[in-house]
Amino acid sequence: MAYEPVLTKYVREPNSFTLDFYLQHGGYDALKTALGRKPEEIIDLVKASGLRGRGGAGFPTGMKWQFVDKKVEPRYIVCNADESEPGTFKDHLLMERNPHLLVEGCAIGCYAIGAKVAYIYIRGEFFHVQGVLEKAIDDAYAKGYLGKNIFGSGFDCDVFVHRGAGAYEAGEETALLESLEGKRAQPRNKPPFPALVGVYGKPTAVNNVETLCNVPSIVSKGAEWYAGLGPEKNGGPKLYCVSGHVKKPGVFEASMNITLRELIEGHAGGVREGRTLKAVIPGGSSVPILLPDQLDTQASFDGIQKAGSLLGSAAIVVLDDTTCMVWLAENLLHFYRHESCGKCTPCREGTDWLHKILQRIERGEGQMRDLDLLASVSGNIAGKTLCAFGDAAVTPVLTTLKHFRHEYEAHVKEGRCTLPAPWRARHPVGAHS
Amino acid sequence: MSFHPKMAYGATFHKSSRQLEDEGPAFVYTPENRARFDEIVKRYPPEQRRSAVLPALYLAQYQQGYVTANAIRHVAELLGITRADVEDVVSYYTMFYTRPVGKFVINVCRTLSCAINGAERVTEELCGKLGITPGQTDPSGTFTLMEVECLGACDRAPAVMVNDAWHECLTPENAAKLVDDLRARGEAALSGCHHVIETRRAQGSGRAEG
Repeated sequence: MAYEPVLTKYVREPNSFTLDFYLQHGGYDALKTALGRKPEEIIDLVKASGLRGRGGAGFPTGMKWQFVDKKVEPRYIVCNADESEPGTFKDHLLMERNPHLLVEGCAIGCYAIGAKVAYIYIRGEFFHVQGVLEKAIDDAYAKGYLGKNIFGSGFDCDVFVHRGAGAYEAGEETALLESLEGKRAQPRNKPPFPALVGVYGKPTAVNNVETLCNVPSIVSKGAEWYAGLGPEKNGGPKLYCVSGHVKKPGVFEASMNITLRELIEGHAGGVREGRTLKAVIPGGSSVPILLPDQLDTQASFDGIQKAGSLLGSAAIVVLDDTTCMVWLAENLLHFYRHESCGKCTPCREGTDWLHKILQRIERGEGQMRDLDLLASVSGNIAGKTLCAFGDAAVTPVLTTLKHFRHEYEAHVKEGRCTLPAPWRARHPVGAHS
Repeated sequence: MSFHPKMAYGATFHKSSRQLEDEGPAFVYTPENRARFDEIVKRYPPEQRRSAVLPALYLAQYQQGYVTANAIRHVAELLGITRADVEDVVSYYTMFYTRPVGKFVINVCRTLSCAINGAERVTEELCGKLGITPGQTDPSGTFTLMEVECLGACDRAPAVMVNDAWHECLTPENAAKLVDDLRARGEAALSGCHHVIETRRAQGSGRAEG
């Protein structure tokens, strides 16, 4: 049976973002249903559905909500819309084409954990999306789906959009809370986790956009239906972002029964004419690469993990045979070096070193001992930082060294980049400064 | 001992790119911006006015083009925090400018998906066309060129952001033309986000909501 989209069914309809359209297709029914039940029942329902966070870690959402300290007031929902993981663009689609789904998800989340306010932290670059989202929120207030005494239930809920200003690290949940408090986006030491001490020191649930968008359908169609959509412990609809060297890049919704091959060769049309697949990054730049012989891996949290990588934010970057893997590591380490928040020394200094060494090898000025040095510096970053950024930053280096060490060696031996693709800069100085 | 034979001593020491902010002209919000500021502050608990620092700085930047020391002082006074607190934020987030920028700030996404689709070449073409390198403003003060990290438009690579608007699928061949179009038609020359384009096309007329 063909898969029927849940989250993105109507996104190609011209008016999908309007309240009228949303109401015509059952919008805010789930909120009404939820308000007729006890908050604990909603949490139990989400737990039973097995919904796992879509932001990257895949942590069960129901558990997260249960951990929120119900003895302290006020409590908060903070929606992480700081979609910055390279290769990820799914939340952008949801917020722009189906914003009311997120608003409804926020309201149900607030009801479940007993919060009265939800903040949607949206990245600064999504200015055009912010307008759509704010219009949706205003419309929802006007019709009484937000504000005081929603559906006459006595439940009050406010949703606010908070615009970030260009920091990848703000996607880390505690850094996001710091940023929301008006400080630098730098992570906090954990524990305590946000469920106990979150924004303004109050219990907070931080959830990804796609996660919250899953909640209304769980409430209206039930946990069993939801869990049945995918393999065990990987239920529900999933959005995949396929980009890179494919014919038709885009966001594709599927159940997690799907394989990487079906996504890349089916939905995305495969690699471009005359090219062959070299490697796949299955979950954003922070996860290990997979090789062409692993394409039949199931694109679920557990399936990808079994294959030695992570589903992360389901950002699948496809690389064809024109891609130099040393260049790739250098490109990504430029990113991590730039985005390191500077709080922990191993990451702040280490990413800078890694980038410099990679740049040197890519230019053809490296030595064989640099390869061991890369591994050594990486080992001194991973696991030695407050947040997962450090582990993410060294992954591109370690994974390319593991699978493509011969390319590094060729760079050193020949004293030049051995695979200069036509899409690369003619004069590296400009692009790498 | 230097770290590597080809590396000069001190080449890898961390160098701060921090610049002292211009004093700039005297700064207060316009009455409209002050009203918007007062609205924004209400979103946060009364004792947490500091939360409004990012929106407050955006207002200042939109009013004046960049964030000056006087603007920082104004924002700090309104929020009841120190100037250092505000400067701490300004110097951290990449979307605040502490020097005057051109009328159009062209931000080319340089991260993986855009790069493997030609973003490096786009930057080169723009550098050639404008006669500047990334980080600089052209002599006429019209264009500032920047390289930025992933914009989140990987399916329409290479993507660029001009001020707050997006332009997608910018090939190296079209990069120079975009500069001319911006000069002639302003931000109307930009494609916008493809979701908006599709909506506009489906509705057959007018600019889509948002």
